[in-house]
Amino acid sequence: MIRLHDVAKEYTQSRVALSHVTFQVKRGEFVFLIGPSGSGKTTILKLLYMEEKPTHGDVWVSGVHANTARRKEISQLRRKLGIVFQDFRLLEDRTAEQNVAFALEVTGAPKAAISQRVNRVLTQVGLASKATQMPRQLSGGEQQRVAIARALVNDPYFLLADEPTGNLDERATRGVFQLLREINAAGTSVIMATHDLEIVRKADDARTIELNHGRVVFDSMDTPAPETRYTPLIGQPALGGPNEGNWPAPPGNTK
Amino acid sequence: MLSVREAWNASRRAPLLSTLGVITIAFSLFAFGLFALVAVNIRHALRGVEERVEVRAFVSDGTSADAIATAMADIAAFPEVARVDYVSQEGALERARKDMGEFSDVFEEAVLPASLDIHLKAGLRDPGRVKAVADRVRSYQFVDDIRYGEEWVEKLYQLRAVAAGTGLGLGLAFAAVSIIIIGATIRVSVLARAREISIMRLVGATDGFIRAPFLIDGFVKGIVGGLLALLLTWIAYRTVDERFLDLVFFDPRFIVIGILAGALIGVLGSLTSVWSHLRRV
Repeated sequence: MIRLHDVAKEYTQSRVALSHVTFQVKRGEFVFLIGPSGSGKTTILKLLYMEEKPTHGDVWVSGVHANTARRKEISQLRRKLGIVFQDFRLLEDRTAEQNVAFALEVTGAPKAAISQRVNRVLTQVGLASKATQMPRQLSGGEQQRVAIARALVNDPYFLLADEPTGNLDERATRGVFQLLREINAAGTSVIMATHDLEIVRKADDARTIELNHGRVVFDSMDTPAPETRYTPLIGQPALGGPNEGNWPAPPGNTK
Repeated sequence: MLSVREAWNASRRAPLLSTLGVITIAFSLFAFGLFALVAVNIRHALRGVEERVEVRAFVSDGTSADAIATAMADIAAFPEVARVDYVSQEGALERARKDMGEFSDVFEEAVLPASLDIHLKAGLRDPGRVKAVADRVRSYQFVDDIRYGEEWVEKLYQLRAVAAGTGLGLGLAFAAVSIIIIGATIRVSVLARAREISIMRLVGATDGFIRAPFLIDGFVKGIVGGLLALLLTWIAYRTVDERFLDLVFFDPRFIVIGILAGALIGVLGSLTSVWSHLRRV
């Protein structure tokens, strides 16, 4: 379970990345974080994998409190989080399977278990036949699949994906997104930051949280009725304008 | 095991940097080794001189053999005293002739007084103790005069203290410089692997796990650098020993300590650079 309560993140006094952010994510959910560049999507993910600490408010991830967690606890937590980035972050001098095995080796997993689990996840992402190839020999979509396999190999509770399709062409995007949906169907929560609204529209059963200027301006969980359902189009709600209907006022302005 | 493999891979991927690191360690330790060699030889030379610290009590003519024997037994029982020798007038003459070499015939017979030569135990030859022994011996009635080279003993001790102090100070300075240099070379390899380290952190590696390969790397480089420095120091020692001065080399215990110091410097250097890097990621 992920819980953010009245979270603010300020890098400097003049650079406020997030303010008054409150939401929860339960096991098994698929959540899109959407919003324009600089709206705070990446900052939320960084708070979740605890690369950053909140300036104000509380962040809990699987029982670990970000504000007070020690480095060792953060390391332990990250073994239960899969993290995927736009730029894949693979080690260029290792094969696909070595990249995936790396995530298990750092946890001290036994050698026999490692090769078995690496094979399993590479098969799951459809790359079993390219296990021994180097990242530069793989296409962008394939590299992202390796990164996803690495994220999955520790059986994470949550998969955090920061613009995972941002560097991919349309076909690869569809494939990677389909893979994330399958992973979610198997029980892992997925939190995906994206500004590809095409994808968001297609997955109409997923939850959508929209950010703007560091605030949550829309959360589909708060709008249950299908006919008032928000169709995300950044800055252009389908029904009514920002001051009407389902468009909640930013939390800080209600006081 | 994995850490050893990672350390080896890292070194293999950056052979130039690794070689540079080892050479830096070797030269820092070589400078340290040269200084230590000088210090060891000063100490060795001083020890030779120190052996000669003695209190000489001149005995009046006509003192009975009994009185001298009793006094010798008394003095030998002082806690500081290692040995007491009686040197007769003839003995004194002979020794003087031997010391003076070609001028030996200037001495007429029996012009020199007999004496008691009192040797002190090693470690108990500091100026204060020497003076105390001399004062006690002076109280014997048959003792005419007493010589123990007051100033000389004090100078010797000052020289030794200065040598030891300088040695320690310079040794620590060299060690600190070595740690900084090695820290810098390992820092370069930490930076070269910054991306790998950040990925390791993302997949949940603990700081200890990330640090281990660098520590092994530093340890091995320290040992190799230490051996290389030992070889260089030995070459320097042989060169001087054969052509200029008789020197002594380090004893085996000191060599082992020196190489371990190299390893320690390597480990400390890598620890500081990895620590400062990890604190920022």
